[in-house]
Amino acid sequence: MTGVRVLVGTKKGAFVLTSDGTRQDWTIEGPHFAGWQVYHMTGSPADPNRIYAAPSIDWSGQIIQRSDDGGKTWTTVGNDFAYATPVTDHLWYDDTPRPWEFKRIWHLEPSRTDPDTVYAGGEDAALYLTKDGGQTWTELTALREHPTGPTWHPGAGGLCLHTIVLDAADPNRIYVAISAAGAFRSDDAGASWLPINKGLRSGEIPDQDAETGHCVHRIVQHPSRPDTLYMQKHWDVMRTDDAGGQWREVSGNLPTDFGFPIAVHAHEPETIYVVPITSDLMHFPPDGQLRVYRSRTGGDEWEPLTKGLPQSHCYVNILRDAMAVDTLDECGIYFGTTGGQVYCSPDGGDTWTAIAHDLPAVLSVEVQTLP
Amino acid sequence: MTGTDSGERTSPTYRQIRVVLPAHLKALAKVTGEVRLEVPEPVTQHTVLTAVEQRYPMLLGTIRDRHTLKRRAFIRFYACELDLSNEPPEAPLPEPVVAGAEPYIVLGAVAGG
Repeated sequence: MTGVRVLVGTKKGAFVLTSDGTRQDWTIEGPHFAGWQVYHMTGSPADPNRIYAAPSIDWSGQIIQRSDDGGKTWTTVGNDFAYATPVTDHLWYDDTPRPWEFKRIWHLEPSRTDPDTVYAGGEDAALYLTKDGGQTWTELTALREHPTGPTWHPGAGGLCLHTIVLDAADPNRIYVAISAAGAFRSDDAGASWLPINKGLRSGEIPDQDAETGHCVHRIVQHPSRPDTLYMQKHWDVMRTDDAGGQWREVSGNLPTDFGFPIAVHAHEPETIYVVPITSDLMHFPPDGQLRVYRSRTGGDEWEPLTKGLPQSHCYVNILRDAMAVDTLDECGIYFGTTGGQVYCSPDGGDTWTAIAHDLPAVLSVEVQTLP
Repeated sequence: MTGTDSGERTSPTYRQIRVVLPAHLKALAKVTGEVRLEVPEPVTQHTVLTAVEQRYPMLLGTIRDRHTLKRRAFIRFYACELDLSNEPPEAPLPEPVVAGAEPYIVLGAVAGG
């Protein structure tokens, strides 16, 4: 019998939820790192017992935790995220120059093949790499030193590198997204970067064709279609079929195209999921009804999924890293809310059950499908 | 550090210092209660924190910056009912701390609402 392990990062610690392949009965362990904000916790695709977590707290900054036994025990590893070259300035909210300053790690992306290799995305925006299981981190400086860097503005949550996609086909290709600089692609393992924002339209900036400045919230890729990426932007759901060369909007009939997470079905590369949020001001579902929207056509045509989700007086948010899928034959979909619920759909979104009700605000959800 | 008549170096004198860590760092270091550390003279905030980090390397960067050694903004240092947070790191600590009669306290600043 296969099983599932759901890794949940919250505002006050991390939790590990486990179930067998039926996904009916769940065990909750935690909080690990109680009191710390866990922006992200994720497992190695190469070794499911290897899990990394990124707790931070205002008092004491960033630490990184590693488990080698599936989350039962944890070891503190390296937390030296120094910028590797002299810092320059980016723009602050008021357009004044502001030196790059490390604040926290938003996202960890383990290698597909090596459990000791992990990329980390930081605030202020920078990309780091460890090849020794997190003991030491090295900044890949070309991204921060991109010629457009001095024009980057922080988004409302900071100048954060929150999305890292390691290409499923090309080990040298990496995608990242930065709020509010946009999306970037490297074809040489991080040695150089190309802004990939053509086709994005952002009312928050005056020049719609600007090379950077777009507030990208999340990007996902299906491994069978590496040149196709889906994006949830500040507003608009987008897709590209040429590795970011050109994007087109696929918001279609969504009730609102503002949101944070986006996910793709494990076995159907044209089936995608978003959770529409009312607006940039109102970070809660329209009409107080929590609805996941599914498109089986790669966008444009969307259907609401409501069975088992609260359909009145629901005013939670679902953050960008808080939605994931498992890879069981019948793909499971998972998401966590700022109200502390974690929902699971074991049938691709048709029905939903809360598998945790009263956790702290959920910051991230990742799923491991266990052999 | 003291020397002998022949000029040979001898080991420094160590003092046992009591240190109180905030709850989240005690959990990280996997300790309960006060910790007691052997700290070479002269006993200063710098030498005490260095001893803390040597004994508990998982605390590196959580009390002071790893590179500049500057106190993290929301961490405070108290001893003998004095706020030492902004005192020079190389200044000697109060004698009751050096004598082990009083602890050196690291704590998270009051924050929240």
